Amino acid sequence: MTDVKIPNLDARVPHLELYLALRDAAGVAKRNLLRTVRTPELLLYSIQPVMMLVIFRYILGGAINSADVPGGSYVDFVVPSIFLTSGLVGAMTSAIGMAQDLKSGIVDRLRSLPMARSAVVTGRSLTDLIRSVIGLGVMIAAGVAVGFRFHSDLGHIILGIILVLALGYSFCWINAAIGMAVKDPSSAISASTGPTFLLMFASNAIVPTNTLPGWLQPIARNQPLSVTASAIRALFQGEPATHYVWLSIAWSAGISVCFFLVSYSLYTRTVKK
Amino acid sequence: MLKRTPFDQGDKQNSMITAHEVDKRFGKICALDGVSFEVERGTVVGLLGPNGAGKSTLIRILTTLLKPDSGYVRVAGLDAVSDGKRLRSIIGLAGQSAAVDELLTGRENLELIGLWYHMPKKEYRRRAQETLERLSLVGEADRQVKTYSGGMRRRLDLGASFIADSPVLFLDEPTTGLDPRTRNELWQLVEERVAAGATVLLTTQYMEEAEHLADKIVVIDKGKVIVEGTSGELKAKTGGAILEARVVHAADISRASLLMASLGRGEPRSDIDQRKVSIPAREGAELLLEAGRMFQEAGISLEDIGIRRPTLDEAFLVLTSGTQPLDIAKPSNQEATR
Repeated sequence: MTDVKIPNLDARVPHLELYLALRDAAGVAKRNLLRTVRTPELLLYSIQPVMMLVIFRYILGGAINSADVPGGSYVDFVVPSIFLTSGLVGAMTSAIGMAQDLKSGIVDRLRSLPMARSAVVTGRSLTDLIRSVIGLGVMIAAGVAVGFRFHSDLGHIILGIILVLALGYSFCWINAAIGMAVKDPSSAISASTGPTFLLMFASNAIVPTNTLPGWLQPIARNQPLSVTASAIRALFQGEPATHYVWLSIAWSAGISVCFFLVSYSLYTRTVKK
Repeated sequence: MLKRTPFDQGDKQNSMITAHEVDKRFGKICALDGVSFEVERGTVVGLLGPNGAGKSTLIRILTTLLKPDSGYVRVAGLDAVSDGKRLRSIIGLAGQSAAVDELLTGRENLELIGLWYHMPKKEYRRRAQETLERLSLVGEADRQVKTYSGGMRRRLDLGASFIADSPVLFLDEPTTGLDPRTRNELWQLVEERVAAGATVLLTTQYMEEAEHLADKIVVIDKGKVIVEGTSGELKAKTGGAILEARVVHAADISRASLLMASLGRGEPRSDIDQRKVSIPAREGAELLLEAGRMFQEAGISLEDIGIRRPTLDEAFLVLTSGTQPLDIAKPSNQEATR
């Protein structure tokens, strides 16, 4: 060991760098998944949306006149929104996980390793993507159980599912940034609840927007959750959806890119207290 | 301030870790103020200093977790700022700056760190197994770390830092808070790495640890290097020997202190609780006889008087005179007022 071998990184080909960065991120995702499976509290977050589904379908649904609802069926109206909100609520675990890592000092060790610096944030969002795929599967099954039905072909259904996952994924980046900014798991929960719930209720997800105050309606109609909800409702019911699909894709892509950059720069800076 | 340009071979051929005029401030607090030192290849240097001296900040700068405000640090000739990634591939970090994952098993922790050192799967699995054997953690390898004792965690943490056979190790207070037996186990692990050729920089608050492990000790306080040398050299700076007297009546302390000031070198230290006065002094029975005579003439009754070797604690106190001492137990009267 007397001769220190210093790797010659300049000689490395770019795609090897990319491969290693992805492998590092996969390692982080594996670690996060192992942690999630071993933290039963976090699994509660996956069960919560099923409760919401039951509440909206059977408790609040009774008070809403189906005639006010576009399409005329409150089940078909509200269930896709709950798919969406379950994704957003699930994305809150990103904030908690990120804050936990920063607080425990594990991030210092990771940052002293030759792993790619993007791996911690990329791995975190990969974890959440995997988790939300599983969560959405459970939600669809629960939705069908309470009377929700798809009225379109498989291609549209899959596109709708991708939109749901994409919006959830983009919210993971927002929440990862929040987690890094507050650096404390319990404040991370409250800090990420704010934007998520605001978007959930000031939207067409739960109630049609024409029942909201006038000044709020244009915002409520065009915010990411609403356009995605409109897109997937149309996709699942076999109605024309192109306009909303593009809006939804634009929102998800925009949020992902912006908050990836915010998260990454917070990650490389935040630890330097 | 003059900006110094380092020579091409700025670091001596043998210097594995170099810190040069490193400054770091956090707002108004000056954590490091012009720190320079070197660690030669294959040696162990102990960074010794009280809490808040800047030890951890220095380790964080050397391991690329923090950037210095000015000055530079190098490991194996690699600059921590401009060559961070290559630097990270040849170092290992353990101790309070790092952590292991509580929800993962010992083996999972080690394997993942191996993966992040970019080892192939076969290799990191083999190394994790070998490291577990070396750490005597084979029986616990597949249990979650949260079930481990404090000592087992520290061993795993240390093992994680050398899983890649990193030639340079940074250990940030690796044994703080451990019982003496566990501390010995960790020391042994560090010694094994040194025997294998590793260069080690460790921070500690314990004299004993620095004395036991380090070839050279760098004493740091309030962000400055106060002195460096072997433990013998540091002790020699206190005057080589300590003359110590214990008086019968606490009331005599100040007179005894005055008297001893004329006998020794430097400032006498008195401890009222223990009724002791000590001062760095030359060695020899003559001094002892002279002291005894002077105490008798002054009418101060002594319980005990003697010359002994200084402890490293005393060396530290002399070197940082006027600053907060290390590891000194608070006087009991202070406890009582709480």
